[in-house]
Amino acid sequence: MLDNYLPILLFFVVALVFGVAPLVLGFVLGPRRPDPEKLSPYECGFEAFEDARARFDVRYYLVAILFIIFDLEIAFLFPWAVVLREIGMFGILSMGVFLGILVIGFIYEWKKGALEWE
Amino acid sequence: MWEMLNSGWAAVPEIVRTPSVILLQIMAIVLPLLGVVAYLTYAERRVIGFAQLRVGPNRVGWAGLLQPIADALKLMFKEIVLPANASRFLFVTAPVLSFMPALLAWAVIPFADGALLADIDAGILYVLALTSFGVYGVILAGWASNSKYAFLGAMRAAAQVVAYELAMGFALVGVLMAAGSLNLNDIVRAQAGGFFHWYWLPLLPLFVVYFVSGLAETFRLPFDMAEGESEIVAGFHVEYAGMGFAMFFLAEYANMALISALTATFFFGGWLSPLHGVPVLESVPLLGGDGFHWFALKTAFFLFCFLWIRATFPRYRYDQIMRLGWKVFIPLTIVWLVVVTLFVTTGFGPWF
Repeated sequence: MLDNYLPILLFFVVALVFGVAPLVLGFVLGPRRPDPEKLSPYECGFEAFEDARARFDVRYYLVAILFIIFDLEIAFLFPWAVVLREIGMFGILSMGVFLGILVIGFIYEWKKGALEWE
Repeated sequence: MWEMLNSGWAAVPEIVRTPSVILLQIMAIVLPLLGVVAYLTYAERRVIGFAQLRVGPNRVGWAGLLQPIADALKLMFKEIVLPANASRFLFVTAPVLSFMPALLAWAVIPFADGALLADIDAGILYVLALTSFGVYGVILAGWASNSKYAFLGAMRAAAQVVAYELAMGFALVGVLMAAGSLNLNDIVRAQAGGFFHWYWLPLLPLFVVYFVSGLAETFRLPFDMAEGESEIVAGFHVEYAGMGFAMFFLAEYANMALISALTATFFFGGWLSPLHGVPVLESVPLLGGDGFHWFALKTAFFLFCFLWIRATFPRYRYDQIMRLGWKVFIPLTIVWLVVVTLFVTTGFGPWF
């Protein structure tokens, strides 16, 4: 069984080489003439006036949290979908209850305005 | 001569032989893929050129065919600027991180019946894991650059990818329910029987959701808010120059090819011929026979759709993107999963 994963391991090494090689080539072949202006962060010609890692909108956090919930839901759906034909009515109804609870949660967050971007 | 080579090869110990065969197979995937990616950039400029009633690049080589090579050479000889207050290690790692998953996911794509590098039973999980991994490169690039535009672009990219990945995952659950297997080759086999036996018909809403989410995942127009060159100049890769920039560019195009190949595999029967069951054409060798040429043709068609959509649609606003992902696609896919459950339990049509 694990034999099938050996190509993936080798592919990983090859992809790493193909990912790093162009960068190394770029560093070797390209010129290096740094000056303070060139190395300053791009801000449409102005001098950067504060740290770029500033505070950002809390909604990004919210989206991340909602994502985790729904991604887990998908993770639960995957094994269920594969054996759908074998588990019969009981399995389908169980998943119906599970999905139903999540849909109620989804409606709640929708009504609360967690999905608005104004 | 040949026999000598053969016996010499047999004398090589097993532990060397297997990996070297696998390495050759990997090269047989990666090198043509890089060629496809290079000429996809050329095709894009030509297609959009013709869509806008102009010619596009036609000077370098015959009809401009050497243009991608000239571009690659030019980028190779450009300076890679490392911004002064960037996190250097992450700044260099980010392009590699976004490029690697785009290559690695090809390990489980069936090019013809049984012709896949790693015939693993967790194929879809592997693809899903790797396509999710691509966003790390984008976020790290935005964070490591320590530039306001890059940071804004990375935040937008993260929220957008996350929203559309859910829709994509739900669409794949529908495919899984229909096929009953996580192995991509088995999924193609389950669709056997001609054009109308493929999953695009019973899973039509899921197919649309999957392809549009694919556009959003690769930051293509009309969903390229993460790059948005008219407002945040280039988004997450604004500080990258030379090969660093080229890597992001390659990753984007390799991902386009990947999404096209996956759409062809999940919804359009991969390497299957569409002419199964058509009286006369079925027995014509190349037309009726399954094989790599059908896979390549379908993938090329979806790649053309990527370019076509770019030439046709204006850019979405960010709140519209989020609304489409969360409020349209996710409810739509959940409803269709219920419908597919009904299909499966009733054994509806030729598909289930």
